[in-house]
Amino acid sequence: MTEFLDSIGYGQWILHALVLLPLLGVVPVLLGPESSAKWTALTVTTLELVLSAGLWWALDPSRGTLQLVSTTPWIPTWGISYRVGLDGISLVMVLLTTLMLPISVLGSWRSITKQERGFYAMMLTLLTGLVGVFLALDLFVFYIFFEVMLIPMYFIIGVWGGTNRLYAAIKFFIYTMAGSLLMLVAIVALVWRIQVVTGLTSFSYDHVLQHAGAAGPLAPWLFAAFALAFAIKVPIFPFHTWLPDAHVEAPTAGSVLLAAVMLKIGTYGFLRFAVPFFPQVALSPAVSRIVVVLAVIGIIYGALVAMVQPDIKKLVAYSSVSHLGFVMLGIWAGTLQSVQGSLMVMISHGFSTGALFLLIGMIYERRHTRLIADYGGIARVVPLFSLIFTVVALSSIGLPGLNGFVGEFLVLLGSFAAFPLATVLATTGVIFAAAYLLWALQRMIYNRLDNPENERLTDLNGRELAIMAPLLAGIVWLGLYPAPVLRRMEPAAQRYIQLTRPSHEAAPVAVTGSAARVRP
Amino acid sequence: MIASQWVWLAVAFPLAGFLVNGALALRRAPATTAVSIVGPGVLLAAFAVSLGIFFGLLRDPPHQPHMVPLWSWMPVGSLDVTLAFQVDQLSTVMLLVVTGVGSLIHLFSVGYMREDPGYARYFAYLNLFVVFMLVLVLGSNLPTLFIGWEGVGLCSYLLIGFWFSEKANADAGKKAFIMNRIGDFGVLAAMFLLWRELGTLEFADIAARAPAGLAPGGAIVTLITLFLFLGCTGKSAQIPLYTWLPDAMAGPTPVSALIHAATMVTAGVYLVARTNVLFAMAPLSSALVAGVGAVTALFAATIALRQYDIKKVLAYSTVSQLGYMFLGVGSAAFAGGIFHLVTHAFFKALLFLGAGSVIHAMHHAYHATHSHEDAQDMRNMGGLRQHMPVTFWLMTIATLAIAGIPPFSGFFSKDEILASAFARGAEMPVYYVFYAFGLAAALLTAFYMARLIAMTFLGDNRSGAEERRHLYEAPWIMTGPLLVLGILSVIGGVINLPVFAGGHHALEGWLEPVTAAGAAFARVELPHGSTELALVGGAVLVGAVGLLLGYRATLTRKTPPAREAPADTGLALVLNRKYYVDEIYDAAVVRPLVWLSRVVLWKGVDQGLIDGAAVNGSARVSRGFGWLGSRLQTGQVGVYVVFFLVGALWILRAMIR
Repeated sequence: MTEFLDSIGYGQWILHALVLLPLLGVVPVLLGPESSAKWTALTVTTLELVLSAGLWWALDPSRGTLQLVSTTPWIPTWGISYRVGLDGISLVMVLLTTLMLPISVLGSWRSITKQERGFYAMMLTLLTGLVGVFLALDLFVFYIFFEVMLIPMYFIIGVWGGTNRLYAAIKFFIYTMAGSLLMLVAIVALVWRIQVVTGLTSFSYDHVLQHAGAAGPLAPWLFAAFALAFAIKVPIFPFHTWLPDAHVEAPTAGSVLLAAVMLKIGTYGFLRFAVPFFPQVALSPAVSRIVVVLAVIGIIYGALVAMVQPDIKKLVAYSSVSHLGFVMLGIWAGTLQSVQGSLMVMISHGFSTGALFLLIGMIYERRHTRLIADYGGIARVVPLFSLIFTVVALSSIGLPGLNGFVGEFLVLLGSFAAFPLATVLATTGVIFAAAYLLWALQRMIYNRLDNPENERLTDLNGRELAIMAPLLAGIVWLGLYPAPVLRRMEPAAQRYIQLTRPSHEAAPVAVTGSAARVRP
Repeated sequence: MIASQWVWLAVAFPLAGFLVNGALALRRAPATTAVSIVGPGVLLAAFAVSLGIFFGLLRDPPHQPHMVPLWSWMPVGSLDVTLAFQVDQLSTVMLLVVTGVGSLIHLFSVGYMREDPGYARYFAYLNLFVVFMLVLVLGSNLPTLFIGWEGVGLCSYLLIGFWFSEKANADAGKKAFIMNRIGDFGVLAAMFLLWRELGTLEFADIAARAPAGLAPGGAIVTLITLFLFLGCTGKSAQIPLYTWLPDAMAGPTPVSALIHAATMVTAGVYLVARTNVLFAMAPLSSALVAGVGAVTALFAATIALRQYDIKKVLAYSTVSQLGYMFLGVGSAAFAGGIFHLVTHAFFKALLFLGAGSVIHAMHHAYHATHSHEDAQDMRNMGGLRQHMPVTFWLMTIATLAIAGIPPFSGFFSKDEILASAFARGAEMPVYYVFYAFGLAAALLTAFYMARLIAMTFLGDNRSGAEERRHLYEAPWIMTGPLLVLGILSVIGGVINLPVFAGGHHALEGWLEPVTAAGAAFARVELPHGSTELALVGGAVLVGAVGLLLGYRATLTRKTPPAREAPADTGLALVLNRKYYVDEIYDAAVVRPLVWLSRVVLWKGVDQGLIDGAAVNGSARVSRGFGWLGSRLQTGQVGVYVVFFLVGALWILRAMIR
């Protein structure tokens, strides 16, 4: 495979192609007839998925450095260049994104009936933004992509959403915007400080990473700005209240992409930028304590609030707050097991929660209600749906053998040495997760079939099974044999730890294969 | 003979059965014949593999377990969790019990469940259960065990809620899963501690490293074992996490026999035996294990005294008998606990299947007459001996076994546990109390079992004149397995005959390589000579008296049928309502938690504080500023001039300074 990829020069063009292809796809979507918009979108996103698959082999799994790096000068006077590249962490995030897009398009197949061209154009723009965010190695470019994905999602919720869509869309937009503007200020300030020290104006990730120590006394403020932007995105308690509203109002595809991919940008931001730039601030006892406490609150609070939601979409939204708490705990514990666990939770949550939202969308299309109380006993009528719903719920509960367990287990195992009490408290999350999902499961698909409207439900059709099949395969595969994924990510996780742990500072760490990290 | 490396076949057969039956269950058309062949067939194949492995081991007993790694599961740096099986003396015993008793129960199910519309689904779940149970007992490390540990919980959940259209059944399944999860939290926490302290999760490495890596009697090993034991109380239904097991009787009766009596619920006992070195190093935890076991044994037995549902009696009896096993392993009699696990699997599976056979007959009788009476209420039975003699005699044998009457199997295993607890009393006197509890529980066990037999099979029939004509013995596919279990219940004691009965504690010797690590820290010396005989005599006497009292108390009083029965009062009511523990849990834990979540956290914090005050509040504040700004924009030139002048003067002042 590697030889084949080399022979077509895959490494040279693939990252640019992945960013540009969806954007180019917008043109035929907008110019073509309304009825063919979804077909075009499906073609483009599937092509993107196929193209991106080669990254699995193109990445040298033995190195933790950023690879396939490509730099194109853009605004030389401000030291801004279009710089992209990836390591094991971005690799899995990009693959998760490119997998979720065709699935989301198929999931919108029947439910999106108005302004289809606009919708699918937004989906493709969103794809560019998402892929770009995970590939960007220039802070300015990262910021641009960060905003690029915000706008299509705003429209997806605001135009194609539910009844209260405008409130949700504006809440989502302002929340995220508030964070990202602060981040922009922080980026500029950081680059300016580094310019003062080194005499070089550059938004290049490597340059900033190398000289981030120049922030000096500003470091706590800059970290706070980055952290706030990402904390809102994750979301960390108490910055999470935009999420339930956004999920409930968003169309299925919006919910899927929001949960499966966009939330991960927050945790990715911590892993890639916020913590490596300012490790002394981020991992100081005071900040660590705050983050870990908020993470544990998120895990338990999210689960408890999820338990009492009458709306199944809100339930899943709050469960995300709970799951992402594990990711934060693992990142801050900073052991190889906990960081790898965090990455696995990010992937697994994408599969499980993505699948849950798709299933909810499918049943919503039939019954037009998201209220748990409106269902009950439907396992008799829709056995396939019920079977798949059960399996996905169990994966979200963290049943060993399915994907959810691996990440949670590794996070907790790895965090215990650093934060024993917090880890034990976080572990109680596994009890509450079982409580809220099994209770919802029972009220929806078990019990007596007492609502006559549910008697005529039709079971999943071929298209819907085709949507679920890859996700189910991933749920089982990642649960039983996550080793290949773990091995791909390990060098990058290792490098994150070296960048952030003072004890490892003595050893020079390669950044994109060349420079060593120096802290003034 | 089969080499240990082929042990995965024992798992693969039921797994294949699960896939086939699962596929058949999704088809609309029933495939009864195919399911009837595949379902029990794969279990018999797994049993054959297990037997082959056992004989291989018997010929050449290993000192180290045979490792069978499957694939690398979670490799992360120094952590390398491999999905791996281990074949040793202990896992082989469990392998034989699970596949052997499992085969019999699968065969019985063919007769019992044949007419159920969910027949294929039933066997799919049952096969899947065996897969997970085998993973549990074969896993060579805690994470692999944990796959099985939670997997059997899942199957238990699915099978308890098998008839999921009844809310009560779905409730019971959910309760079982969540209570087990509370226990699983303990197992997880124990794993984290073990990994931090010993850097391994492999059983063999734990046994090797613990003696040097952990301080005997220290806080760490005590904490680890307490966490492990929390897991055991969930899985094996001990105080305080036992209340799910009686509710679990909502599932089909063969499920109760397989999962909730013979195999899954004994997983906690297995786990303690498997990590015996840790418990032996933590005398405080061991005392707690024994204490909880003894208290549970007595407590559950008192509840069983006043239950009328035949399965509920057996459920509390199971909780009680599991208490005995923990009393055993808590007294460092690891082999003794496993011994009782094995004999209990025989006689309790027999009792449950016998009860299933009775319920089957009652159900058909009521079905034939379109009556809506409770087919499981013993007050509606009586005199069934005439109608189903095979079931009667076999259940009587099981009753003698569980009551500890020699020479039936339960006599030897229960006796060994009581003797071990008594022997431990020499070091820690509190074990004498545990021994007394165990003895008292033995009396009650004999009593409620005699009551069960008398109410069900003896005296006059209370089913109704019309129904009586429809009561028949079960078909051979059901009585056949009962017969095999009956034989095992009689002779099961031979696997570990004590010296006074002409044996040499064969099972104990067989398990020696596994229990040796623990024996280095805690070894139980069973009493000899007159003490031994006195203990044995006392236990037999207690059992015999209990049987007699239970028999007399039941038959001398007239039992009215359920619908005519007066309501229980006083102590009887308290016992019948299980000391109201479910109600207490509900009022003390479940309701407050839901209230906290809904009223305080969701409505209060989320919607009130964060969204109401902070988010929408800041929106209101900025709207307020916007309003202020718009007020300034009056459109009157004079106002603007004033603003301009004030501003200009202010700037001027700043410049002059």
